[in-house]
Amino acid sequence: MTVSPELDGRFREAAVSAGLVDVAYDLADTPVGELLVATTDRGLCRIYFDPAGGEERLASLYGRRVLRVPQRLDPVKRQLDEYFEGTRTDFDLETDLRYVPEFHRLVLAELALVPFGQLTTYGALAAKVGHPRAARAVGGAMNKNPVPIVLPCHRVVGSNGSLTGYGGGLHRKRSLLELEGALGELSL
Amino acid sequence: MERVHVPPFESFYAEHRDQVYRLLTRRLGRQRAEDAFQETFLRALRAYPRLQHTENLRAWVLTIASNVAIDTSRRPYDGAEVPDLESVDQPPAYAELKDMTDGLPPKERRAVVLRYGYDLSYEQIGAAIGASAEAARQAASSGVRRLRKELS
Repeated sequence: MTVSPELDGRFREAAVSAGLVDVAYDLADTPVGELLVATTDRGLCRIYFDPAGGEERLASLYGRRVLRVPQRLDPVKRQLDEYFEGTRTDFDLETDLRYVPEFHRLVLAELALVPFGQLTTYGALAAKVGHPRAARAVGGAMNKNPVPIVLPCHRVVGSNGSLTGYGGGLHRKRSLLELEGALGELSL
Repeated sequence: MERVHVPPFESFYAEHRDQVYRLLTRRLGRQRAEDAFQETFLRALRAYPRLQHTENLRAWVLTIASNVAIDTSRRPYDGAEVPDLESVDQPPAYAELKDMTDGLPPKERRAVVLRYGYDLSYEQIGAAIGASAEAARQAASSGVRRLRKELS
């Protein structure tokens, strides 16, 4: 005798309603693979390209009450679906960036302004935040971006037009830029 | 104190939910077991951040379930509130304690069995019997004193 999916679902939602969940997550099927998406009561806190071991990583950051609550992630999954279907160019989601250091936060705020389908460079972002020589530090901020896709670090490329790097792997960066029709702007 | 690694709640829940549900169904029938199931894991969630132990999480959650079953059925304590775990492998200490502690008041009995039969922390015992860690410690020690008196 096992717990029915209905009862299981009711418990998960009751746990969130009672404010007893530190971080809720779900898996999202997307054209760039299965993503783990997670939210705290402050907002979207993590998107992992590699869901394996995600619960442990979330627990170490936000608290051990990690629970999969699909319904809680509905807005995130819906907006991701729309993005991948090509009907959404902007995400409208609260984010929880509590572990992002000050400088990285400035960079991510600037990054959020880079529109769908357009590219920028690490150097240009560095200049935007008033540290034109800090391209490498900007790269670090991109690399540690807790919510890729939603904060579009895939739109940042090298000054010579090369893809450079991506936390989710270059093949994903290429797919995302292709989806946005921005690949043609690249020199390579 | 050495930092213990408590599993993310999702893993704990996934591992124990079916067994909790079976216990509650057996005790309450399917209808009432559903609410009791939710209540059990909500109680576990409330206590989870304070857990200091990871041993015997199963005994811990089954004890919570057992308490919820008692609250739900509102019948007088009959000494049967120690979870019926005959189907699972237990430390031998448990079986022995079960007989030895038959004559103790219910709260002391549960505290003694959970402390010495399952080696749970007072934090866990407190959460399981709906009392503070300090109250759990007192219940266990007064239970032990009583046992000593009976045995001497």
